[in-house]
Amino acid sequence: MNYKFSENYLDEKTVKWSPMREGAGLGMAELGEIKKDMVVLGADTLESCRAHHFAKKFPERTIQVGVAEQNLIGVSAGLAYAGKVPYAVTYAPFLIGRAWEPMRTTICYPNNHVVFVSSHAGLATGSDGPTHQMTEDIALTNCLPNFTVICPCDAEQAKKAVKAAYDLKGPVYVRNAREATPVFTTPDTPFEVGKAQVLREGKDLTAIGHGYMVYWLLQIAEELANKISIEVINLHTIKPLDGKTILKSVKKTGKVFTAEDHNVKGGMGSVVAQFLAENYPVPMKLHGVYDEFAESGSVKDLWKKYKLDKEGTKEKLLEFFKDERK
Amino acid sequence: MLTDKKNKELELTANRVRQTIIEMLIPAGAGHTAGPLGMADIFTALYFHVLKHDPKNPAWPERDRLILSNGHICPVRYSAMYHAGYDITPEELKTFRKIGSRLEGHPNMRRLPALETSSGPLGEGLSQACGFALAARMDGNQNKYHIWCLTSDGEHEEGMTWEAVMLAAKYKLDNLTVIIDRNYIQIDGDTESVMPLDPLAEKYKSFNWNVLETDGHDFNEIVARLEESKADRGRPTVIIARTTPGKGVSFMENDYRWHGIPPGLGPEDKVPRERQAAEALRELKEIENNLLK
Repeated sequence: MNYKFSENYLDEKTVKWSPMREGAGLGMAELGEIKKDMVVLGADTLESCRAHHFAKKFPERTIQVGVAEQNLIGVSAGLAYAGKVPYAVTYAPFLIGRAWEPMRTTICYPNNHVVFVSSHAGLATGSDGPTHQMTEDIALTNCLPNFTVICPCDAEQAKKAVKAAYDLKGPVYVRNAREATPVFTTPDTPFEVGKAQVLREGKDLTAIGHGYMVYWLLQIAEELANKISIEVINLHTIKPLDGKTILKSVKKTGKVFTAEDHNVKGGMGSVVAQFLAENYPVPMKLHGVYDEFAESGSVKDLWKKYKLDKEGTKEKLLEFFKDERK
Repeated sequence: MLTDKKNKELELTANRVRQTIIEMLIPAGAGHTAGPLGMADIFTALYFHVLKHDPKNPAWPERDRLILSNGHICPVRYSAMYHAGYDITPEELKTFRKIGSRLEGHPNMRRLPALETSSGPLGEGLSQACGFALAARMDGNQNKYHIWCLTSDGEHEEGMTWEAVMLAAKYKLDNLTVIIDRNYIQIDGDTESVMPLDPLAEKYKSFNWNVLETDGHDFNEIVARLEESKADRGRPTVIIARTTPGKGVSFMENDYRWHGIPPGLGPEDKVPRERQAAEALRELKEIENNLLK
């Protein structure tokens, strides 16, 4: 498959960097032009979630609920019942965490079509610290029936994801990081919800990521090409899980390394592990945030200390690969 | 003013709604008694006089939207809908809370689409009602149908309720009326001992709402307040309805212990459990006979 990546995409000095939240914001504004029943709801973070792009164009379809996430969820549910397509937008810890039970009751249980668009997912939030670095949102959405959970790999994919979410049914979560990360996909790169992307083929190890970690995995695969043949999968949709693509890859490689900016307990790695435990158990390493709260710091410092940058991820991957060869 | 004939007709209907509530609760062996009996008059006023609806066409786009926030009083809604002619049979009423039933312990609109929402967890209905009201306005339908939101007093202890109270005032949602079942009880006791809510009217006034009060068992007053609320412009309206929990059954009235208990499992200091169901129905039947005289 030709994924039509940007030119010299593996060179992080020349690749464009932009935050997923910006891509999501632009996507909502573009979608609003053609979808007149789309409504955006914000909780005092419209601009920092980049939903102001929509709000400026469509003030009559923008609802500002103030710092009140439970109401954000409840009003969204009411709009959805009444036939609108609400996009509820705020920081991930508040969007998914603060009002989890109202979300469960008013949106998931009746299967209302509401799209949740976050910013501030993961340690890529930076110096705001652990209160704002959401590393449990995949766990909290994956366990709710009816949810579709999408974690775009870059700003361009985030834009496509918020647009694709419109045509789905039921609750949809589009998970976005705050920090600028490499944009290696292009408008021509295909994207289909629920269809994992094998971005690079290999035979020794399957490396599965979501979010910006996919970019590191592609770089690592290239750097280690002479030693290990790594197959890289962008698992942008965690629910529903594309088990078929994972199974095909794992039957070939026999080993899985997962990488994500999320708690390893309950994250994408857990989801893949559950699937493989039931279908095709193989040795696995789940890399991510190791069940702890991080701290304030620049994103680059956080990535380094918590081993979520390319070097830290490579180190973990090599440890696993060597152990498995013993 | 209602005619005497209409008034009596509504009283008789409310009485039958109450009898059906007891008849549903008996086979269920679980469920809430006090709230449904206390709200029977308001549900009757809505379904049999005020509400714009068509029982044979529950999906009618121009119907009024009735959002039940405190879902646990659903027996009164199921009963009122049954008597109003919605597609619910007497046999189905006996399936309340049983496996496979459309009449779940808390309302499930995916099983019973004539409901507007699913509900149960308290404090969530008003936010959703605001969503309905905003959607109606966006579509230019604010004068085509009205949004009614029924809430309990206890759920005003939920912060989410007040988030929605602020939003409704901000957006001047005059196509929305909230009715509070002010019965002063909740599961653990009297509201004012669990968490004082008074002065409730003043709280709403200070949030820039139109505030009306009514006796929750006087049809003339209830209907007048409901109509008044629709006519008010530029702000949302709340109607604080003073109700008697357990209304119509003497040994249940104003006793918080009947909040979440069906006849047969209630407190025994007045009527022994084995006689509670029969005694409740006997008292309600007696009221019916007096009304028919």
